[in-house]
Amino acid sequence: MIHSDDLDDRLVQALGADLTPVHRLAPPGLRVLMWLSILGAVALALAMVSDVGAMIRRLMAAPDLWLAAMGSMLTAVFAAIAVFELSLPDRKATWALLPLPALVLWISASGMGCLRAWSVSEAYPMPPGQTEHCLFFILGVSLPLSLLLIVMLRRGFSLHPNLTAIIGGLACASAAATLLNLIHPYDAAATDLAIHAFAVVIAILANAVFGGASS
Amino acid sequence: MGTTLMTDMSLFYESDVTIPLVYGAPMTPRTMTVDAESPGQKEVDCRRAAWMVAVQAGDRAAYETLLRDCIPSIKRVARGQGIRPDLIDDVVQETLLTVHRARQTYDPNRSFTAWLRTIAQRRAIDVLRRVGRTRTREVYAPLAYENHSDPSGATEETAFHIDHTQVLSAVGKLSARQREAVEHLAFQSQSLAQAATITGRSTGSLRVDWHRALKTLYARLGGKD
Repeated sequence: MIHSDDLDDRLVQALGADLTPVHRLAPPGLRVLMWLSILGAVALALAMVSDVGAMIRRLMAAPDLWLAAMGSMLTAVFAAIAVFELSLPDRKATWALLPLPALVLWISASGMGCLRAWSVSEAYPMPPGQTEHCLFFILGVSLPLSLLLIVMLRRGFSLHPNLTAIIGGLACASAAATLLNLIHPYDAAATDLAIHAFAVVIAILANAVFGGASS
Repeated sequence: MGTTLMTDMSLFYESDVTIPLVYGAPMTPRTMTVDAESPGQKEVDCRRAAWMVAVQAGDRAAYETLLRDCIPSIKRVARGQGIRPDLIDDVVQETLLTVHRARQTYDPNRSFTAWLRTIAQRRAIDVLRRVGRTRTREVYAPLAYENHSDPSGATEETAFHIDHTQVLSAVGKLSARQREAVEHLAFQSQSLAQAATITGRSTGSLRVDWHRALKTLYARLGGKD
């Protein structure tokens, strides 16, 4: 029978033999800023090819529109903070709760948009056939953002890999939904909200499946 | 340093007070250990943090010293989490492996002890979950296992696949002395002594013919060696 102290000693020696120098991970705050800077650069690029004035007029037409936009933006920021904190082993899983208030604001404001879609003359509900556009935009933007986030998180070590992947998915999907405002000339309708929710859920699930498995 | 943190830190430091554990429930409050050990805790943490910085630079000697220094602390956390004594080594090994894989995430501005404790607690929970899952699927019952008849055993196979007449026919083809042994010992369920009295033969002779008959029958009825 092998004594446990011998086993521990052999493991310590094996780990010692495997030791290589490592670059210390940058503080999570700095990594969040890097991530948000990249998002800002993408937003700036989109703003250059879209009509920002029209977007502002559209968002100001009803409170739920700018509340929803603010909700998705805050969700993206808080989910990013949460995911970089969760990527460190000594952080508590409760960091995952950070984006939830903003998420509630985003979902409820989008839901309100469906209720008043037909009662406001300035509202332009999305015509049928355009929903695929939103779906592909959110998924198309979420995918590269997710890949970028995975690259930025790969040197972290989360003790809650699935939770980290889900919050990472939420960060990417909410960022994509926020960017969508720049090129999305329509107001929220029921189909619109359903498509957004569908795209966001797909992005989150994809992150949970692939991100969780790779952690 | 707050009281709560000190209470948690007590898990990590040796104490003269022995705390009996019954599946992780300390019989004495953890705070009992704090006052005796708290002055040295900061020094221990600083020493370990300095070792860890050297480890991140690739210092193997510091690494092995640090890991050996951490093992008692990890065991204490595992006991505090209610790990059975025979599983504590699993928690130690899982925690050391995690420390190895996550060593780049340690920030020297934060407490090494707290960093290690969080990892050890998580790995202890993982072991508890694994044991819990195993318990829902498997039952430890060595006697039941030993007494369970093998469904693919020779006895059952013979019962299902060999016709009764085949057995009688095979017995009929045995030599007279072997047939006699089988008829008395098997068909009439007599003891060796009874069969010897009835047939007037010695028990040794009957036993030899009995074993030869079994061997012949086994071969003729399609048994495999």
